[in-house]
Amino acid sequence: MSDATLAWRQYRLERKMFWRNPTAAFFSFVLPLIFLFLFGAVFSGSQANLNVLVPGIAGLSVMATTFNALATQMTFLREQGVLKRVRGTPLPGTSYLSGIIGSAATNAVIQILIIIVAGKLFFGLGWPKDWAELALFTVLGVACFASMGVAFSHVIPNFEAAPAYTNLVFLPMIFISGVFFDVDNVPTFLRDIANALPLVHVINGISAALVTGAPLADHLSDLAVVAVWTLACVILAVRGFSWSARD
Amino acid sequence: MSSAQPAITVADLHKFYDEYEAVGGVSFEVAEGEIFGLLGPNGAGKTTTVEILEGYRIGSSGSVSVLGFDPAQRPRALRERVGIVLQSSGMYRHVRVREAVAHWAGLYPHPRDVDEVLAIVGLDDEAQSMALVRTLSGGQQRRLDLALALIGDPDLIFLDEPTTGFDPAARRAAWGTIKRLRDLGKTVLLTTHYLEEAQELCDRVAIIKSGKILAEGPPNTLSEASARYRVSWRDESGELISEEVDDPTELLHRLTGEAIARGERLTDCSVVRPSLEDVYLELTADESSEGQR
Repeated sequence: MSDATLAWRQYRLERKMFWRNPTAAFFSFVLPLIFLFLFGAVFSGSQANLNVLVPGIAGLSVMATTFNALATQMTFLREQGVLKRVRGTPLPGTSYLSGIIGSAATNAVIQILIIIVAGKLFFGLGWPKDWAELALFTVLGVACFASMGVAFSHVIPNFEAAPAYTNLVFLPMIFISGVFFDVDNVPTFLRDIANALPLVHVINGISAALVTGAPLADHLSDLAVVAVWTLACVILAVRGFSWSARD
Repeated sequence: MSSAQPAITVADLHKFYDEYEAVGGVSFEVAEGEIFGLLGPNGAGKTTTVEILEGYRIGSSGSVSVLGFDPAQRPRALRERVGIVLQSSGMYRHVRVREAVAHWAGLYPHPRDVDEVLAIVGLDDEAQSMALVRTLSGGQQRRLDLALALIGDPDLIFLDEPTTGFDPAARRAAWGTIKRLRDLGKTVLLTTHYLEEAQELCDRVAIIKSGKILAEGPPNTLSEASARYRVSWRDESGELISEEVDDPTELLHRLTGEAIARGERLTDCSVVRPSLEDVYLELTADESSEGQR
């Protein structure tokens, strides 16, 4: 079988297993939607706030379904010795990881679509103004946070520590990156930090596509920052990749 | 396949972890179709040696060849012909037994039949084959390990302590399965610290300790090789005497001659050859319970 076919089979297995594990499905899937509806209810009086919240939650979802999910999952697979077992088979590592990352990307896309529909139905937003721009920032965001998750899993000492480690990155990043409020209201030094990180730029791009309709040309710098982060994270993920837990 | 070339060749293999020498100059060959056992206490270097052959680790010096390949390069052509049961390895929790084996089948160019493999390892009844992996008992998981190692129809199978932690009945059952691998013409390299297991399953055994092979050969000749005969008897004063000799012929002749001359019976006379267990215990004596590396 070709490497692509093997990746596709792995992807299908990952999807099947994902839906059989309600806890994983809940944390990477339902939680962002709960955030959306809770904060949406809080901000329901102000369309300006909702216009910030919906793309913000979309960005949060991209990160949760890829970074959080993969950092945790890779830690589990490594610690349990599943990676080591797979390494002993003819399955190429690239096919295997493509299947796993593809599954996380699918969750991100489903999530974004749910948020778009919710934005249209409940939060006074129209349909996306620029689908191509939306797709571009989603794909780049997925690539960036997925590789960041795989790279970060090498820092996590064991599976029990995985939620603490991922949240140590995830929670501060979503708070300063303007998920719940306009990033312009954040103190300058925090805004500088946020601007150096990728999430705020993914959200800017999604916001442009979803709310303002600003053309891609206005968001090339956002694109550039995310691209640089993606490149760095891919290098770290590949270079540091380990198939078995440290002894 | 040429039968002349051994399935595995290991020549003067060394493996250092910093200063610690886990494997110190190990050499052996495993012929095609043979069940070869690495027998030794925990921390003897069995797993390190096997994991070098499996391509998980790289030896510090010496040479290894597995089915004609260098396992350190991890060529796909080699991985397609080798089945691995690791000492411990996890599995996806939310997959059914049959699904897992069928998925694994797709990784290999010429897999065996899924149902046949489930039958070989004894996971073929409906309840077991449809069970989620996370619900399996330890013994069932070990059988799944074996099924996943067999599904690709490998020429060579590595079994790293395949029955550690089994109760005696489960161990017997596992032995039956491993013997069936011989009937299938597979080459098997297994490690164990159970002497009985090596004796029961292996065509040849290497006793390994502190990274060195102390003795090697078929289990029965292994005891012969180092074996001296222990002759015991009761002398005329009724005292139990025991003497070790290379050849008991003369001693027995003398003892029976003397007894006949005295007109007495030669009582409690026995001629015993050390079992493999004696050899093993003798060779692996002292600090045999050092930590696992």
